[in-house]
Amino acid sequence: MAIIDQLSSPMALISLTFLVYWGAGWLQKKTRQTWMSPMLLTIIVLIAYLRLTGISYEKYYESGHLIEFWLKPAIVALGLPLYNELKHIRSQFLTLFITEFVGCVVGIVSVVAIAKWLGASPAVICSLAPKSVSTPIAIEISKQIGGIPALTSAIVVVVGIIGAVLGLKVMDVCRVGRPVSRSLSMGTAAHVMGTNRISIVSERYGAYATLGLILNGILTAFLAGPICTFLLDVL
Amino acid sequence: MAKQFGIIFGCLALGELLALIPGLGIPGSILGMLLLTVLLERKIVNPETIKPFCRFLIANMAFFFIPPGVALMLYFDLIAAEWLPITVATVVSIVIVFLITGRLHQYLHKLFKHHNHPHGHH
Repeated sequence: MAIIDQLSSPMALISLTFLVYWGAGWLQKKTRQTWMSPMLLTIIVLIAYLRLTGISYEKYYESGHLIEFWLKPAIVALGLPLYNELKHIRSQFLTLFITEFVGCVVGIVSVVAIAKWLGASPAVICSLAPKSVSTPIAIEISKQIGGIPALTSAIVVVVGIIGAVLGLKVMDVCRVGRPVSRSLSMGTAAHVMGTNRISIVSERYGAYATLGLILNGILTAFLAGPICTFLLDVL
Repeated sequence: MAKQFGIIFGCLALGELLALIPGLGIPGSILGMLLLTVLLERKIVNPETIKPFCRFLIANMAFFFIPPGVALMLYFDLIAAEWLPITVATVVSIVIVFLITGRLHQYLHKLFKHHNHPHGHH
């Protein structure tokens, strides 16, 4: 049918993605709820739409890859905030490096160990290992260590939402009071979404969160593979 | 426009080339990011030149996540089968990362006495 064909045309699907995201952003502004993440809402609406119309993911991906394409240059663009923060990194190198190194290792080890104990399959465990870092980084790590990239990206999204919604409350309970430490943790634990959340409070906090996001991304790229392989053998 | 795009994609292309080095195991985009930082630091690239494009890319990162997120629909069965380890491991691990990173940074900050560093981010 011509109408169904039109509903699944690349231009229809790409404009739908933009329009739903725009509407979801409007909804979040109206409701002021962090958990109403425009990204999450858009993903849910699009999955529902594809299910209802019977359009396959492969079909959607014909236009979706045009959007996903921009993830890699966006990672490269993080080189600018990283450069802007270099003087802070230099003046507190040891503090930042130890914090990020420990945070990264603890994040990978805890998720891999718990998933393994609860009986997750190796592919799922490898998909979980890079959960705290941005999707493009996480996807590439997941691919490299034998995970399922799509599952990884979904978990990364969920981690980002949980982190953005509950992060500040968790840190209140854990008595993490220093704004700089809170910002750094938001970026380390919940990547871009945690960074967005804390950037609303202040742009300066956003810079620290970005630092956490970038440093954890780099360290995870180096450490996720070896740690995951090692733990799968040992546990 | 062309200059900004050329610099960002040039870094990405070079990063992906470097990523081909056997045994390196680092995504090309990460290498591209580090390369851009080096070019800025060495004053080969002026930060003002690439600022608009970088801001645009970073501000819209969440949007670029959507297609890989929609791919979730392909894995509903797997998630249904292993939802317990996935959920518990993810949630517990996030809380641990918040706790460890936050507390450790607070502690080290005091230990190394950064309170009076010139930028005063408090």
